[in-house]
Amino acid sequence: MTWEIVDVLIAGGGNAALCAAISARRQGASVRIVEVAPKFYRGGNTRHTRNMRCAHDSATETLTGPYPEEEFFEDLLRVTGGNTNQELARFMISESKEMLDWITEQGVRFQPSLGGTLGLGRTNSFFLGGGRAMLNALYRTAEALGVEIHYDAEVVGLERDGDEFQAARVRIGESVENMPARSFIAAAGGFEANIDWLKQGWGEIADNFLIRGTPYNRGGVLRLLLDAGAQPNGDVTQCHAVAIDARAPKFDGGIITRLDCVVFGIVVNRNAERFYDEGEDIWPKRYAIWGRLVAAQPEQIAYIIFDSRSLKLFMPSLFPPIRADSISELAEKLDLDPQALNRTVTTFNASVRDGDFDSTVLDNCHTEGLSPPKSHWARRLETPPYYAFPVRPGITFTYLGTKVNREARIMMQDGRPATNMFAAGEIMAGNVLGQGYAAGIGMTIGSVFGRVAGKGAADYAQQ
Amino acid sequence: MHSSETLKEADRLMTICNSCRYCEGLCAVFPAMELRRSFTDGDLNYLANLCHACGACYHDCQFSPPHEFNVNVPRVMAEVRAESYQSYAWPHFARGIFERNGLAIALLTALSIAVFIGGFVGWHDPAVMFGKHTGEGAFYRLMPHNAMAGLFGAISLYVLLALFMGFRAFWKDIGAVPSVTLDSRSLFTALHDVLRLRYLDGGGVGCFNKDENPTDGRRLYHHLTFYGFALCFAATSVATLYHYLLGREAPYPWYDLPVVLGALGGIGLLIGPVGLMKAKFLRNPMMVDKPRLGMDTAFIAMLFLTSLTGLLLLVLRATPAMGTLLALHLGIVFSLFLTMPYGKFVHGLYRAVALVRYAWEFRQFNAPAAADVKPKENIKIAA
Repeated sequence: MTWEIVDVLIAGGGNAALCAAISARRQGASVRIVEVAPKFYRGGNTRHTRNMRCAHDSATETLTGPYPEEEFFEDLLRVTGGNTNQELARFMISESKEMLDWITEQGVRFQPSLGGTLGLGRTNSFFLGGGRAMLNALYRTAEALGVEIHYDAEVVGLERDGDEFQAARVRIGESVENMPARSFIAAAGGFEANIDWLKQGWGEIADNFLIRGTPYNRGGVLRLLLDAGAQPNGDVTQCHAVAIDARAPKFDGGIITRLDCVVFGIVVNRNAERFYDEGEDIWPKRYAIWGRLVAAQPEQIAYIIFDSRSLKLFMPSLFPPIRADSISELAEKLDLDPQALNRTVTTFNASVRDGDFDSTVLDNCHTEGLSPPKSHWARRLETPPYYAFPVRPGITFTYLGTKVNREARIMMQDGRPATNMFAAGEIMAGNVLGQGYAAGIGMTIGSVFGRVAGKGAADYAQQ
Repeated sequence: MHSSETLKEADRLMTICNSCRYCEGLCAVFPAMELRRSFTDGDLNYLANLCHACGACYHDCQFSPPHEFNVNVPRVMAEVRAESYQSYAWPHFARGIFERNGLAIALLTALSIAVFIGGFVGWHDPAVMFGKHTGEGAFYRLMPHNAMAGLFGAISLYVLLALFMGFRAFWKDIGAVPSVTLDSRSLFTALHDVLRLRYLDGGGVGCFNKDENPTDGRRLYHHLTFYGFALCFAATSVATLYHYLLGREAPYPWYDLPVVLGALGGIGLLIGPVGLMKAKFLRNPMMVDKPRLGMDTAFIAMLFLTSLTGLLLLVLRATPAMGTLLALHLGIVFSLFLTMPYGKFVHGLYRAVALVRYAWEFRQFNAPAAADVKPKENIKIAA
């Protein structure tokens, strides 16, 4: 079939894509979205998000206090270790101040600040009902505005004249259709669900990774753009990797496979040996390092071990912990060498110095003469029953993407911005977030650059 | 460890929900769940009766079907609720009525109507039954007031007793005894939540019913039904006072209080049930507890018929149809009363009780001094 030319064609169906679609449509452009996933899985990782981090000058109904631009910027520098495009980062943070209002105007609702239980009540706004509720609201608004949406529609080719986009080849069902458009926005996410691509950076061990989000983030559009001469940004091994329950499904286990008990126990590998300081810092701050740590261990698996005193100190999770009355029995259940595990536990217990245990601050319970040390919350494992969670690396998203400028225009390898091709969301997140992560930043990148891309694409199309 | 497969499934869901918590802003079920780490049968019955089946959590959930985690809170909660109604029913042998509630109610209604018609005809000659009766005491020419009052008074007392016994069983099951000492503020909050149907709003946008668009008018229809019923109840009460205090006998003129209240209530009780029934059939089948559909529809139909026959009686009371309509109306009302403790009517009672418990619990949690409920400390979420 012949598709009528639209002003803006958007590949992807998550937060960035919808913000782009709505902003372009509100400017009068005709907009078509092609989403590779079926309707239920629409929206990529946005389905699994919960909150969004925006700068703001004072407390609001949903935020407990101000979060000035400068503080946001410093947080970003800290989590990325400076690996960010500062110009884009500052631009994003300044734009983020308007985003909460804008996104609320699009029908998205936030919950009242959650009384400090999350530690993010000042900096982050929480979607009422979570990310899928947020997506549903954006879809309702987009549809009401007349945005055309196609599911199960995969972009398999780009037709260009130099760096000018002309049409996308889109597979819908059995047939491949030519969809022409005056401008193009790539908002199709990363490639974390594409194990072969992950292997290019990680090698064969990527077979043992679990993917926390949708199986549809295969990086098809990113691959097409890079092949078409878009300038890459970031490297293939950079990704948000946390340690999640090893029993989780291969794809889409989402938030409920999270385990935040590392700080309360010890973590051992297949050889029943510890390999990192579990008490280095409070969990949210060190959340994103454990995926990489576990990835570096034999067979990419590790075990968080704790005793009954710690059982109720952390959020419940999907699978119950494995339970045993002795360390030897626990080792057998985990298929570890009982002697080795007993040795590790005994050595650990012997090096624990008593202190005042306090799970809410960096307390003074630590080990002495142990390598690696446990700097805080070190308590002897001595009160049965004992418990364990097996963990594997859980990949949330990837950072390799396309370089963009402030207008969200894709930068080509010759250093010039593309004429009418834009990128927003995870596909360009690495420009701002070169490494590391802080809760809610993915949504900020998606909505700010989505909105900018939508505006730019509509402007170009309407010239 | 749970007494039924449905409760086992509810436990599985609540464990998943408790490790996610994205829905905590939507209604009372999720904050109540967060106060617990594991769930007894009583906890699950409590949570299920807090659920208003607004459907928001189904559409907001990243794990709802077709996801392999198959998280379907509205349907499973509906199943648990229905099971709980049955297990609290008094006397125990009447529990079976829930199983085939629609049929039971239909049979009982037909029987009641037949008895009233038969009674009227047998008591009087056909000329009285099909005659025109006007003026004060017209109804009582067919059935003496004392017989009518005695019959309905007795059935009301029985219904009150059965409902009280159910309430007591529920109260005990959800562990509200003896730890809950009721306070007026919790009661007030709960009353407010009941009368406003606070949690039938999908967290603010409205109820989700047939699809992911919150366009459902179920709250409005429920209000019309509930307040319609309340007005009819008020009309009956005023008429009773008239009869015994003022010695004024029904039927009353159209402008008199019992008739005005009854007519307004009757109109609400016509529109409300029709809307609710329509919503029931439009509802996304994934969220429907199909085996109990009969119980829901039978109750809605009974409310509608009560109102319809009542209003027809009002309009046609001065015609020869009065006798037949009176028998129909009394038969339906009798059957409605008798089946109240064994059908969907009880949802109102248990939901109200659950809301009282929730209001109390919520206040304990938010009052720093209370020591016996302290669930959320040390709980951090890294998203």
